[in-house]
Amino acid sequence: MKNIKFIIAGIIFGIILIKSEAASWFRIQEMFRFQSFHMYGIIGSAVTIGIFSVLLLKKLKIKTFNKQQIDLSVNKPKYINTLFGGIIFGLGWAIAGGCPGPFYALLGAGNLIYIIPITGLITGTIAYGMVRNKIPH
Amino acid sequence: MMNLITEPWPWYVSGPLIGLTVPLLLLLGNRRLGISGSFKHICASCIPKGKIDFFNYDWKAQSWNLFFAGGIVLGGYFTSIITNINYTVAISEETKHDLTAFGVENLNGLFPVEIFNWEFSNVILLTIGGFFVGFGARYANGCTSGHAIMGLSLLKPGSLVAVIGFFIGGLIMTHLIYPFIF
Repeated sequence: MKNIKFIIAGIIFGIILIKSEAASWFRIQEMFRFQSFHMYGIIGSAVTIGIFSVLLLKKLKIKTFNKQQIDLSVNKPKYINTLFGGIIFGLGWAIAGGCPGPFYALLGAGNLIYIIPITGLITGTIAYGMVRNKIPH
Repeated sequence: MMNLITEPWPWYVSGPLIGLTVPLLLLLGNRRLGISGSFKHICASCIPKGKIDFFNYDWKAQSWNLFFAGGIVLGGYFTSIITNINYTVAISEETKHDLTAFGVENLNGLFPVEIFNWEFSNVILLTIGGFFVGFGARYANGCTSGHAIMGLSLLKPGSLVAVIGFFIGGLIMTHLIYPFIF
């Protein structure tokens, strides 16, 4: 069961999402109204730690626990789909007050109503798969 | 220590912990943090082969992501049994004022029960919200975790554009469209 470690990592991530209140619709509204530092503090400090971790892994040539080379390669950047897709995502983020991670965590916390945005999310995923070749990238 | 169990965590505790997920997943097996991809894999596993090109790939090679997502569900469950999650989130007075103005008066819990319920109009609203999240995440090839956390950690310019897009969309919805919905 090589995937148990990812289940455990997911459990930790789920706990953080709820305890940080990043999963809270109220916090997302507060963020889009620029009325608190809370969400900006979370995202800013997470990215800062992430950047330094990646730099450290690179600099010290650290290997994975299985002694593999860590792949930090970056593809050629794309701007059209990331901008358009990002805007559409943002419209939904402000309505549902959550991104995919919090949906999973709040469903697990016993809020069955989250089946509704998750159903919408899956429908959106399929819809993208169907129109992908017809929209600009 | 007890406070960390019963109280919500301040940003300077939770933010760095979220950041540490980046090296954790890399060290565990060269995996990049990302959550919305799991929904793509769920679709790929259900949709018959050959129907939609986008879902024609070896999703089993990415199955770690489904285990990670399953873990998040479990993490939410454990949090709900260990601590009370039906407290009132300490949002700012201005936000409370703004939300009350368009009818969100019950500020208990992590989300408003006035919107998150089985009333037909709300089901439609939440489905549309979820649809945009799902469509946008695939179009942008990542969500908040994949772009805002992982992509920015790798200093990817495309991820920065995606995050700017997330905020453009969120601000348009909150400030320009909300007044018409509520």
